Amino acid sequence: MQILELTCRQLRDKIAGGEVKSVDATTAVFEQIEKHDRQIGAYISTFKEQALAKAKQVDEKIAAKKPVGLLAGVPIAIKDNMCTTFGATTCASKILENFHSPYNATAVEKLLAADAVIVGKTNLDEFAMGSSTENSGLKKTVNPHDFSRVPGGSSGGAAAAVAAKMCFAALSSDTGGSIRQPASFCGIAGLKPTYGRVSRYGLVAYGSSLDQIGPLAKNVEDCALLLDVIAGHDEKDSTSVDEKTAPVRDWLSAVNNKPQNLKIAIVPELFKGADGEVVESVKKAIEIYKSSGAEIIEIKMPHFDYAIAAYYLIATAEASSNLARYDGVHYGHRTKNPADYIEVYSKSRDEALGDEVKRRIMLGTYALSSGYYDAYYLKALKVRNLIRSDFTAAFAKADCIVMPTSPTTAFKLGEKTNDPLQMYLADIYTIAVNLAGVPGISIPCGFDKNNLPIGLQIIAPAFAEEKLLQIAMLFENKTDFCKTAF
Amino acid sequence: MDKKKINIEQVKQVAKLARLNLSEAEIAQFSTQMSDILQYVEKLDRLDTANIEPLAHCLPVSNCLREDIVKPSLGTEKTLANAPDSDGQFFIVPKILDEAGGP
Repeated sequence: MQILELTCRQLRDKIAGGEVKSVDATTAVFEQIEKHDRQIGAYISTFKEQALAKAKQVDEKIAAKKPVGLLAGVPIAIKDNMCTTFGATTCASKILENFHSPYNATAVEKLLAADAVIVGKTNLDEFAMGSSTENSGLKKTVNPHDFSRVPGGSSGGAAAAVAAKMCFAALSSDTGGSIRQPASFCGIAGLKPTYGRVSRYGLVAYGSSLDQIGPLAKNVEDCALLLDVIAGHDEKDSTSVDEKTAPVRDWLSAVNNKPQNLKIAIVPELFKGADGEVVESVKKAIEIYKSSGAEIIEIKMPHFDYAIAAYYLIATAEASSNLARYDGVHYGHRTKNPADYIEVYSKSRDEALGDEVKRRIMLGTYALSSGYYDAYYLKALKVRNLIRSDFTAAFAKADCIVMPTSPTTAFKLGEKTNDPLQMYLADIYTIAVNLAGVPGISIPCGFDKNNLPIGLQIIAPAFAEEKLLQIAMLFENKTDFCKTAF
Repeated sequence: MDKKKINIEQVKQVAKLARLNLSEAEIAQFSTQMSDILQYVEKLDRLDTANIEPLAHCLPVSNCLREDIVKPSLGTEKTLANAPDSDGQFFIVPKILDEAGGP
């Protein structure tokens, strides 16, 4: 048995049953990191000693027949925009390069309470702003399936780590597609839960009304298992929804139930924007659903095409406000020898923030500034309402909407870095989901002629993760497209 | 005449508001790139939103209040642990008021 080939669920069960030691799984993960991460660059930091100590502790608990958590002994990675009291929390930004959080994010606390072994923290586009991880201020990450291509973004490090078997799953975040698009590019599964499903406490804020934490994993079942661990209300996050409105379920137990009378909506018009091979794979996936009894309904989403424009006003406006906290005063980089107190802010920020982050702060500041607020920010919020109404109308007719996750497979490093707008347009299929606050998952559905993975996106109504996971599982059970590298 | 959506002077003004000490090269580059992006987002004007409410978030809840109970907080040591400069009690920053007492 190859330990690294196991899924989280399989590994957890084998560890709990005494068949595999967590120490051996953890050792295998670190051997894999030592072998491959110099080339792939997925991790910003790793915690070998701490991880092995935790693994040993779990093994001892199990040997002593003491109760253990849902992820006991399973090595997991964390995107480096979630606060941890161990190691640094950098957001892949020079401004936070040496920042050590005094507290853990709630989702991290929940992983620890579930007895997961934390492997390390993964690379991302600086402050999660980007679609290729090329905006990282600290290092480069490549796609494990083709080192000349991007892993996607912003969670490129997390997706690459899972795909290269340098962890068994990762905790990640999604503001406009940052979980789903890298999942698609790296051939794995990625779930963005409903906004409010998982506490954002300790997730470094980018676009607060859009950010949501979710799992990147080898398959759908593991996404369900991780959601079981991280979901739920948190008194420290007033936007985490109460459990009467959004009951936490045992998604892992429910995931294999076949959804009954399944109705799937497709938006034929949206297929025009994607590469031929992507469209072909997605259409084949739809045929697989059809042949397993689902009814396919063609719909229109007339406002979908406006999502990118609305998003890049709303997200940047929120970012310009959220990133005002990097002031060189309380934590993070401070400029040497400022002439006055204004320069403490303006020089510290200019020296330590990257291009894309500055660009978004600038755009957001402009969209919120006097004289432009109504024309840009307010207009975008109204369009957001129209976009949500498209989803509401779709879900009145169908259980879910199916479309590509990304219009292309993984593109070449450097291909879009000089033209920010072209990079933004690559997010066409994922962004509307965040604006509407609904859950979405990307699962592998094929390969292009270069053998690069293609992702299928499934979108469900708010708080319908159970059905969403079941629909994704139905496809996974009939196919074999999940693909790790090496 | 500068036909860009946002000219050099406007970029400078926004940079001042955003407290970013941008270089001349950055200002020129942002003027071009932001103009392209603003040009693109103009497509929103094609939609009639006269009778549409703005949607700031999608949550089914509003005004989450909690009991006003004092709970332990981080404390001085942890709060100052990441400070670029402190004296163990306070954050240290350059002087804000001049001799005459104004900023």
